[in-house]
Amino acid sequence: GESATFGIGREALPEELAAWDLDVSPDGTGLPEGSGDVATGEELFVERCAACHGDFAEGVGNWPALAGGEGTLADEDPVKTVGSYWPYLSTAWDYVHRSMPFGNAQTLTADETYAITAYILYSNWIVEEDFTLSRDTFDEVEMPNADGFIVDDRPETEYAKWRAEPCMEACKDGVEIIRRATSLNVTPEDDFDVN
Amino acid sequence: MADEQGRHPSRRAFLTSAAALGAGAGLAGAARANGPDPLITEVQDWARGFGEGVDATPYGLPIRFEHDVIRRNVEWLTADTISSINFTPIHALDGTITPQGCAFERHHSGAIELAKPDYRLMVNGLVDKPLVFTYADLERFPRENHVYFCECAANSGMEWAGAQLNGAQFTHGMIHNMEYTGVPLRALLQEAGLGPAGDLSDKWVFVEGADASSNGRSIPMEKALDDVLVAFKANGEALRKEHGYPVRLVVPGWEGNMWVKWLRRIEVMDGPVESREETSKYTDVLADGTARKWTWVMDAKSVITSPSPQSPITHGPGPLVITGLAWSGHGAIRRVDVSTDGGISWQTARLSREGESKALSRFYLDIDWDGSEMLLQSRAMDDTGYVQPTKDQLREVRGLNSVYHNNGIQTWHVKTSGEAENVEVS
Repeated sequence: GESATFGIGREALPEELAAWDLDVSPDGTGLPEGSGDVATGEELFVERCAACHGDFAEGVGNWPALAGGEGTLADEDPVKTVGSYWPYLSTAWDYVHRSMPFGNAQTLTADETYAITAYILYSNWIVEEDFTLSRDTFDEVEMPNADGFIVDDRPETEYAKWRAEPCMEACKDGVEIIRRATSLNVTPEDDFDVN
Repeated sequence: MADEQGRHPSRRAFLTSAAALGAGAGLAGAARANGPDPLITEVQDWARGFGEGVDATPYGLPIRFEHDVIRRNVEWLTADTISSINFTPIHALDGTITPQGCAFERHHSGAIELAKPDYRLMVNGLVDKPLVFTYADLERFPRENHVYFCECAANSGMEWAGAQLNGAQFTHGMIHNMEYTGVPLRALLQEAGLGPAGDLSDKWVFVEGADASSNGRSIPMEKALDDVLVAFKANGEALRKEHGYPVRLVVPGWEGNMWVKWLRRIEVMDGPVESREETSKYTDVLADGTARKWTWVMDAKSVITSPSPQSPITHGPGPLVITGLAWSGHGAIRRVDVSTDGGISWQTARLSREGESKALSRFYLDIDWDGSEMLLQSRAMDDTGYVQPTKDQLREVRGLNSVYHNNGIQTWHVKTSGEAENVEVS
């Protein structure tokens, strides 16, 4: 760097980097050696994941569905899952490996993560039943919503319009209440027994 | 006696007493009607005996009469309380600094306990030398102090489809504003050396926390080298556990999700990781089913905190203080306009002091309330000239399913009783 340094801190060791630098990028950079197939993934999923996410990754109760929802993104209530919404396979591998199962994270080996990810793909009908996921087959997987994202375009679509001197008087002809929160009655009521 | 006089009426209690007293019968008027006030004419206990000694409370909490000024949870919003949100009681606060003890929390795998001796921060990736810092190391870098708001990307998100939650705490309370002490992220990157990164303008940093969720996010280098802080103090003291103790990232003006808590690693990279928190979450679906990603900045926004559903008018007609908060991730608040008629006409409110960049501003409009119904709105303008839009203006561009970044104008319907309700108007 161009600026002076302070000589604070010490060099990170290779083992330390390997332990913490786990992120996987969309092009697969960061994926470790290993592999896992759909059938192995199904067994692991039933054992480690299905209590919350369902046997078919369809979600249980309020817990997230990982499969389904294809073609619903423009609907009134879009169903956003790995199959219907996630743009990159890397994210699924990375997130499962680092942060799942919920409450017992970082307990899945690389092979187990490959297998579970393969099963999630199968649950979304993205791969065949005999598919084996590895670094080598990673590029073969096509995520349905890979092209579904645009970079923040507020500067063009919003800021250009809304950076204008606002109306102060007679801004509209009349005003009418069209929705009321109390008609839903979903706000927590605390019955304070103060002090 | 103190017990009786010090009590704050709950909203429910207010509704009952307001009905009993009738419209316009102010609580404060009671003393006038009943002759000399015994609180003045009789010697009170606190004027005769002792209060508590200085060793009674080594670290104090608010007085018990303020027990309702607390964080609140909305159970049905999330599957459990571990990956969940609670809300700052902004309806009851004033000024701009949020007391840490009631400043909102958002965790993805709970608030972890990480001691300073166990703390490590790694800087790696495209740097000359990957480094490990201890907590003590961080305190040896030159420090800065800044006040910034941290607003959850999902603040007001439940209101996209219509008025839903009845209170400013719930509709706008995923926010806090603190004075941070820390080290510029720039200094830590320079310490590791940015040489191999070459032209830095197209590089990114990936930041993640020490908790199980990790909350990894990608930040473009331009922002990382600009005003991002690695903070270890807030409002003068160490961060609270639930706010990232001992070290968090402060990303001025940008969505709260990127303010990574329990920060453990910063990696300089060629491109964004496209982590779960910037693909599955914190992406904003538009009406046609495509989604915006990397919607980092929180646009100009405001809300009237009082009167509001949890802070009704209890004093009857006459002088009334209308107050609220305004903020912008683009810079400083320049002006706030207030309407009492649902946006037909506006008056410019008074900022309590000149707006500070990417921090909360407090505004006041002092009126003489005639006791009639009002439709209260506030409209912020920042120093880029951006004017806070209505919810309908936002919906026209984005549809109803963006989840995040709802900065539309809020309306409170104030009734003749002084009670207020969250509504939407035409």
